[in-house]
Amino acid sequence: MSTESSTSKETKNPAVDGSELIEFKDVTKRFGSNVVLDNLCFDVSSGKHVTLIGPSGSGKTTILRLLMTLVKPEEGTIKVAGEYLTHETKNGKLVPASERHSREVRKNIGMVFQQFNLFPNMKVLRNITEAPVHVLGLSKDEAEQRARELLELVGLTEHIDKYPSQLSGGQQQRVAIARALAMRPQVLLLDEVTSALDPELVAGVLDVLRDIAHTTDITMLCVTHEMNFARDISDDVLMFDEGRVIESGSPEKIFSEPEHERTREFLSAVL
Amino acid sequence: MTDLTWGLWELLLNGVWLTVQLTVLSALLGAAVAFVVGAARTHRLRSVRFLSGAYMEIFRGTSALVLMFWIFFVLPVAFGWQLLPMWAAVLALGLSYGAYGSEIVRGSLAAVAPAQQEAGIALSFSPWQRLTKIVLPQAWPEMIPPANNLLIELLKGTALVSIMGVADITFGASLVRNATGQSAPVYTIVLVMYFVLAFVMTRGMRVLERHAKAGVGQAPPAKSFGVRRQVTVPRQADASRDVPTTGGAS
Amino acid sequence: MSWDWSAVSEFMPRLWEGVLLTLQALVLGSLIAFALGLVWALAQRSSLKIVSWPVTAVTEFIRNTPLLVQLFFLYFVLPEWNITLTALVAGVVGLGLHYSTYTAEVYRAGIDGVPVGQWEACTALSLPRSRTWSAVILPQAIRRVVPALGNYVIAMLKDSPMIAIIGALEMLGQARQFSAETFQPTEPITVIGIVFILIAYPASLLMRALERRLVH
Repeated sequence: MSTESSTSKETKNPAVDGSELIEFKDVTKRFGSNVVLDNLCFDVSSGKHVTLIGPSGSGKTTILRLLMTLVKPEEGTIKVAGEYLTHETKNGKLVPASERHSREVRKNIGMVFQQFNLFPNMKVLRNITEAPVHVLGLSKDEAEQRARELLELVGLTEHIDKYPSQLSGGQQQRVAIARALAMRPQVLLLDEVTSALDPELVAGVLDVLRDIAHTTDITMLCVTHEMNFARDISDDVLMFDEGRVIESGSPEKIFSEPEHERTREFLSAVL
Repeated sequence: MTDLTWGLWELLLNGVWLTVQLTVLSALLGAAVAFVVGAARTHRLRSVRFLSGAYMEIFRGTSALVLMFWIFFVLPVAFGWQLLPMWAAVLALGLSYGAYGSEIVRGSLAAVAPAQQEAGIALSFSPWQRLTKIVLPQAWPEMIPPANNLLIELLKGTALVSIMGVADITFGASLVRNATGQSAPVYTIVLVMYFVLAFVMTRGMRVLERHAKAGVGQAPPAKSFGVRRQVTVPRQADASRDVPTTGGAS
Repeated sequence: MSWDWSAVSEFMPRLWEGVLLTLQALVLGSLIAFALGLVWALAQRSSLKIVSWPVTAVTEFIRNTPLLVQLFFLYFVLPEWNITLTALVAGVVGLGLHYSTYTAEVYRAGIDGVPVGQWEACTALSLPRSRTWSAVILPQAIRRVVPALGNYVIAMLKDSPMIAIIGALEMLGQARQFSAETFQPTEPITVIGIVFILIAYPASLLMRALERRLVH
């Protein structure tokens, strides 16, 4: 069982055996009076590919943003590779984490955004090498070597000296994937990475991601509306509604024989 | 500050009154110039647009202080026109700040939706009627915040007249400095006086803006305290603020 | 109207000296304004109220009071505190300080204009704060505001004659001195008025062109 999800304490996984890479425990997130995540518990084991689906506003993206510490939870704890992300232990007590601690834990996580968010003032190569050089302390040569390999992986070797604005949306997103991978993260977060793309450019990006999913042991957490893609790469699918996981399981189960009424409604609307 | 006698305070306070008068009169002249030149720059005749554009470029292009010197020293010698210092000062400030103001007027006239003009044409209004009855009433609330900035620039500009011997605050300050032999107290006081004037003017303009916006059915601007005003960061920065913020928030 | 061309040619050598000093004051003043404005803008964004509040108060005060009085302050008050500046130094510092409160607003608008996704990408890559600012945010922010900064340099040019009042012999200072000696104010003052337009107008056309290029 790679993921264990529940919304109540009674049914939560009792044995956290340490092999879980990501652990959400009773996480609640509110924006004002709007409860986005409601006492959420779930785990992701190392190397698994998990897809989060559900209607918009159901809290899927918030999970990725919590992992990236772009937003902070009101309640509950998040662990990545056994370390608290938004907390740290001081004198045996759990206190809110310092920025330094969060950054250390976060180094295990890479993220690809819906809007790419490439740095427009840097060429493709430097977009990819910037963080390895200045965060991981790689030499310029090592970082460039790594960048070239990744650009080959995403099929953009010939665009190495271009600015992002000279690339198509699909190409920019592939650079963004390479940029995230250059940090050698254990976890890759994919936040609706094809939603901002013209339809004809979607396939190229998804092909790259399929390739990565099948050839590496990177853990993926993916929010997407591309159900075929989700079926292809996922080990598990979590169906979200109103801040809770209402159903989870293998893609075959979720897509072919969903149990929950809301899941059926959602799938018939998007498929 | 013990050296400041009542007589010296009186000098400064008289200076404040003169600065206020100067600011108001120059603002009135400047507003008149701004409306005429600004409206002329949207005129259908090319020659009118050219002349008003040239006026704006020339008076915005040169330095207000140089213009003031010119009006004070060159006009009397070259043309035999000797103006009272006060009126020469108002003329110099009004003409040059009016040129800046014309750009505000032109900009906000141009910002009124073209469909409003077309509606006016469809109703057979004359160009003058369209300007005064349709376009201006919609445009003028938009003019107030940048006009406030300009008004404060004008207030600061009035300090220049002290060089010409007009007895404003700054002029009073040099008299007090000479009388007491000390600079620190009087210049500190004078800076504070200008700041208070700027503060009062900003508050006043904000009240005006609320009324103006209410008059065209727009929501009034948010209440805020302090003298903080939005400095006009010209077009580019405004445009860049409109760039949609990309981000994964959903 | 009487116009004496010989007075113009007599004034010419002094005009060039004046132009040179004006440009010198302008360049130095701009450098101060660019650097100090950035410091103000960053300090105003500080989450420490003890930093942001006084900086906001001081910059608002400087921006809302006349440059001329500030120049008098620098030139007459500082010597009482045993800091004596030459007219040119006081002028340059005054211009730079005054305009830094405007450039601070320009930088602020530029920084606010950087899309929030850029900050998020920096977080996602764990870039340290210093690197986030120096490599990502500021290069984008400053690029956007170059024309706005340029426009304030032009405004500074037009305020630069004020330093003549404390005795710096820039263009207006030269013109005043010349007319005091020759009793011919018409030619020198008219000439420098035109020179100001000759510098400021092409410069403002350049900034407008830059604005258009950056917008598209």
